[in-house]
Amino acid sequence: MIEVRDLVTHYGPREILHGVDLRIEPGEIMVIIGGSGSGKTTLLRHLLGLKRATSGSVRLLGHDLAAVSSLELFELSKRIGVAFQGGALFSSMTVGENVMLPLVEHTRLDRETMEIMMRMKLEITRLSGFEDLMPSELSGGMIKRAAFARAVIMDPVVLFADEPSAGLDPTVSRSLDELILELRDAMGMTIVVVTHELDSAFRIADRVTVLDQGDVLFIGTVDEIRRSENERIQNLLNRRFKEEELDPDEYLARLTGERSRT
Amino acid sequence: MADALDSSPLALRVSESVGRSTVRALSSVGFGAILAGQSLYWLVLGRRQGQVVRARPVFAEMMEIGIRAIPIVTLLSMTIGIMLAIQGIYQLQRFGAQSQVVFGVAFGMTREFAPLITGILVAGRSGSALAARLGTMTINQEVDALRVMGMNPVRYLVAPSFLAMLVMLPALVIWADLVSLLGAGLYISADLGMTLSAYFGRVLDLLRVGDILHGLEKSVIFAVLIVVIAIVDGASVKGGAEGVGRVTTRAVVHGITAIVLTDMLFAFATTRG
Ligand SMILES: Nc1ncnc2c1ncn2[C@@H]1O[C@H](COP(=O)(O)OP(=O)(O)OP(=O)(O)O)[C@@H](O)[C@H]1O
Ligand SMILES: [Mg+2]
Repeated sequence: MIEVRDLVTHYGPREILHGVDLRIEPGEIMVIIGGSGSGKTTLLRHLLGLKRATSGSVRLLGHDLAAVSSLELFELSKRIGVAFQGGALFSSMTVGENVMLPLVEHTRLDRETMEIMMRMKLEITRLSGFEDLMPSELSGGMIKRAAFARAVIMDPVVLFADEPSAGLDPTVSRSLDELILELRDAMGMTIVVVTHELDSAFRIADRVTVLDQGDVLFIGTVDEIRRSENERIQNLLNRRFKEEELDPDEYLARLTGERSRT
Repeated sequence: MADALDSSPLALRVSESVGRSTVRALSSVGFGAILAGQSLYWLVLGRRQGQVVRARPVFAEMMEIGIRAIPIVTLLSMTIGIMLAIQGIYQLQRFGAQSQVVFGVAFGMTREFAPLITGILVAGRSGSALAARLGTMTINQEVDALRVMGMNPVRYLVAPSFLAMLVMLPALVIWADLVSLLGAGLYISADLGMTLSAYFGRVLDLLRVGDILHGLEKSVIFAVLIVVIAIVDGASVKGGAEGVGRVTTRAVVHGITAIVLTDMLFAFATTRG
């Protein structure tokens, strides 16, 4: 489905990814995790053909992204959906128009059908009733969900989501996770999710790729990663467990700046 | 490499940086030419590749670039018409040739001032808006979003503005011609006691179609310059909201500079021959 070989990339003189190898199989949910600045979004941009690699190759749905013609890329774009990190909704259109845009551009459906499809997608992202608002009238989390709705409106073969649940409250974040699982189960969608929320990652992932400062540290199933002996991975996981074991009193003390409250 | 540069003599460093900015400027010009070419391509052939340039955004842009600019274009070209008449009469009085002012006003406005002032206004109003929009969209990943949705950004964002500008700028220039001549006429008729109809009769006698066309041809070039510069500058945005502010300013400065220089070159090239 997606195959990345020895991908090296630069921003200016800085090397960001140092030889990434990655395969994503049809129908699987691959979650890419890693700290902030580790290169997750950069890797995603390569998977989407938005950035040219210094060396190495990316194949998406059987096409080498460095060699495809613009017409092939156009056809390819109808089969993928992308929810960007910041939503990337068009500020001059209403939420509904944003979500419908791919349909307007790529299909000949009549307006009514498109609107029904749009409302369905807004329904599953829990945004029904907001279609006539402008993106500037939405909260950050709502923008993400609207972007998600736009990403799935064409029922893509491959869905990419960059930090879909970052900054959402736990219930909505959970429901988005469930939605991701549903999309895979019901439609066999291949889904690539970038996140740094481990809970969410473990909930949805079939396999996990751990990126660390531009290197792939680990690729494997959720169980494998939990059992991994690699110190850096354990650090990554433990950070989460520590957070969960927080003592509320101590936490409050830290927040209010009190030294100790014996 | 950077260290070696720093220890090199000043002259070398200066020439190095001049060289670098020249290369950058040239590559911008190249990028601009490609943009203009692509816009034309999508306008003409887009339909065949599923990349239709739709009428609605074109009309919306025409509204924004053209119709909404009418008040300010009217005000300024009227003012400049009157100003030209005042100065003309004042200067010509010294030779007792006040009535010749119509000559200066008619040619000055249609060949020079109407296109120039309209171009500068539109560069300030719409060039900046275009650069700001493109800059913001680039930063918000909206341009990326267009690309992954299979919508060519040039076709979707640039082509409508391009077409709208090509239609509206010349149209505004014609309007500016009319208004400024009227402004000048009002002043002249009041000051010299010439009736308005005599004034316009004189203007029509003097002006040839070529004079009007001279101004319109320039405005077409200005239209291309404004859009291309706004897009090239807007797309070069770096950083956040601040970056957008910077590219917007740059687009206006570049746009107006290009318009004034082109105006001079065009006048030079077309009057010798
Ligand atoms: N447009 C850019 N220009 C220059 N450097 C960039 C650019 N975008 C990203 N980088 C650099 O590339 C590295 C990886 O960035 P990237 O956005 O891929 O990180 P990330 O893993 O997505 O982080 P986050 O979790 O914060 O979104 C960072 O060190 C960043 O400084
Ligand atoms: Mg990121």
